[in-house]
Amino acid sequence: MKKVIKLENLDCANCGMLLERTVAKVDGIMSATVNFMAQKLIIEYDDSKDGVLENVKNSAKRILPDVTLLGL
Amino acid sequence: MSKNKKRLIRTLICLGVYIPLFILKIIFADTAWQVWLAPFLLVYLGASYDVLFKAGRNILRGKIFDENFLMAIASIGAFVLGEFLEGCAVMLFYQIGECFQSYAVGKSRESVTKLMDIRPDVARVVRDGNEEIVEPDEVSVGEIIVVRAGDKIPLDGIVVDGACHLNTSALTGESKPLAVSIGDQVLSGTVCLDGKLTISVEKEFYDGTVAKILDMVENASVKKAKVENFISVFSKYYTPVVVICALTLFLIPSLFFGGWLVWAERALTFLVVSCPCALVISVPLGFFGGIGGAGSSGILIKGANYVEQLAKANVFVFDKTGTLTKGEFSVVAVEPSDKRDEILRYAYICERDSNHPIAKSVANEYFGEKDNLGEYEITEIAGKGVVAKGKDEIVLCGNLALLKDYEVAIPSGEKLSDNSQTTVYMAINGVFLGSITLADTVREDAFKTIAELKKQGSQIYMLTGDDCNSAKKVAQKLGVENYKSGLLPQDKMTALEEIIRNKKQGDVMCFVGDGINDAPVIMRADVGVSMGGIGSDSAIEASDAVLMHDKIYGVVTAKKIAKKTMRIVTQNIIFALLVKFSALVLSAFGVGGMWYAVFADVGVSVLAILNSMRTLKKPKEEI
Repeated sequence: MKKVIKLENLDCANCGMLLERTVAKVDGIMSATVNFMAQKLIIEYDDSKDGVLENVKNSAKRILPDVTLLGL
Repeated sequence: MSKNKKRLIRTLICLGVYIPLFILKIIFADTAWQVWLAPFLLVYLGASYDVLFKAGRNILRGKIFDENFLMAIASIGAFVLGEFLEGCAVMLFYQIGECFQSYAVGKSRESVTKLMDIRPDVARVVRDGNEEIVEPDEVSVGEIIVVRAGDKIPLDGIVVDGACHLNTSALTGESKPLAVSIGDQVLSGTVCLDGKLTISVEKEFYDGTVAKILDMVENASVKKAKVENFISVFSKYYTPVVVICALTLFLIPSLFFGGWLVWAERALTFLVVSCPCALVISVPLGFFGGIGGAGSSGILIKGANYVEQLAKANVFVFDKTGTLTKGEFSVVAVEPSDKRDEILRYAYICERDSNHPIAKSVANEYFGEKDNLGEYEITEIAGKGVVAKGKDEIVLCGNLALLKDYEVAIPSGEKLSDNSQTTVYMAINGVFLGSITLADTVREDAFKTIAELKKQGSQIYMLTGDDCNSAKKVAQKLGVENYKSGLLPQDKMTALEEIIRNKKQGDVMCFVGDGINDAPVIMRADVGVSMGGIGSDSAIEASDAVLMHDKIYGVVTAKKIAKKTMRIVTQNIIFALLVKFSALVLSAFGVGGMWYAVFADVGVSVLAILNSMRTLKKPKEEI
């Protein structure tokens, strides 16, 4: 499954890279890309696993508390 | 007020207090430090409380390589060492740099969005005889929508009533308005300039042109360029390495030589330059701008990696029909020439109602009297031609097989079709009248395109399914030495593989086709470009770059934009690395100090961002 998640308050490019690396490590995530310019996180994930999106949300929250993931 | 604006105002106020303090401190340099501590600390806290807060929060989360934390350490360290001026400056300039960065990113995001401003807001749909205003995605296929002057066409469809001029520039970069009328296909995202159109919707919003293009632009960043991956890896190691170096620089020399204050100051300088921000922001910003700029010229590039490849492309393989040529037949000869008018008139009678492309071209060639040509009963004979029965004549218009069927004697002098072109034969009442020869015409801008690419030292190939003669003619006209003809679709792939095998390492091969029947070849090429494919789903899907107009010169423009983007990105990388490393080396030896480090951090980011924003500019030479 592919999903595009709009990001809010992602205000430094380096944070975007950090978010990308963090989300990529979440179990069930095949690929994660942050488009800093479009303020979007694009993930491909295994939707047969439970709670992948929840884990993405939590790990993003942990590393970048100011950033909001919309539509999750 | 936006968060960024608030931060900017706060920083500017602090700067306003800081500057007089700075001057006073220089004038009264001998005053005891206790006097200065309070005012400078006030400025410092005013400028940096949010950074300090974030830094504190991040330490609790175990994130020590965070830029807030590093900036906090560097500036607090400066204060501890009694360097109030520097401590405040680090934070002030860091904040100004951050504000500028958000501003620049916002600005370029805005301008790219504007370039790509094709999303329609509303659709006026006719339901039960009333016009309703709804969201475009609520309209289903087959419904009737109305578009008035100034409206953006919300959905792809066919004009069923009305006529107008369309501004297609958001899709194609073409500024000349396009006239449409009943029966024409219209694409969403184009703007109706005058008149009123009634359109029968053919595609749901999510399958339409607008949705497809937006989807493509939004996903462009998934495919990262090599330099972007380099930056990604670099940024991962850069900060920790610099911080470790800073620690080493502080600990080891002070253990051996003493004087830890000096080394502490130098180590703090390291921390100021420890953020790879300039690189991390300017490279994607550059690509974003480049892709956006290309979009405004009607060229969609699907990812930063293709920008990189296009910039390097030096082997160009073109499809012939529909790419280098228009893919439309036009009349090149009528024989015998003294009977030209008569032949064309009869041909017009036979072909005027036909939809066959060749028939249309023949009919279009007749410019004489079109009414009162007499009553004819037209019979189409599939694969052969047309028979028109008039009051006292039977006109044959078709291929040789048709004439043979009617036992028409063909004059021995008449040269038979050589397949390079298409010939239509005419006979009246069983007597041979003459022939019309049609050929595909070369696009006007194909000459310029080939010449320009050759001038840049690129190799040019042409592949075509047509036979040798017509391929040769087009190749000679355009000055293409390497061509392969008579290729079936699967042979095209083989021919392409051969070109790939023969190219030198480091050569990048770009295939340009119309995307309709050469999708596999487009996919196989390093960079596959399809043209005029705006209406064709398979073309947009298969290719790496799409020329949304049918101008082949777009290939040259695309390469130019790609090259410019790469040049700017490379400049930024070299510049940022050079300044950062020299800042590190100089400060290790105690030259320059913290002031230089502030420039190396903030100044470089600002300059790199400004440089990146140049990619947004539309290329000068119009296509």
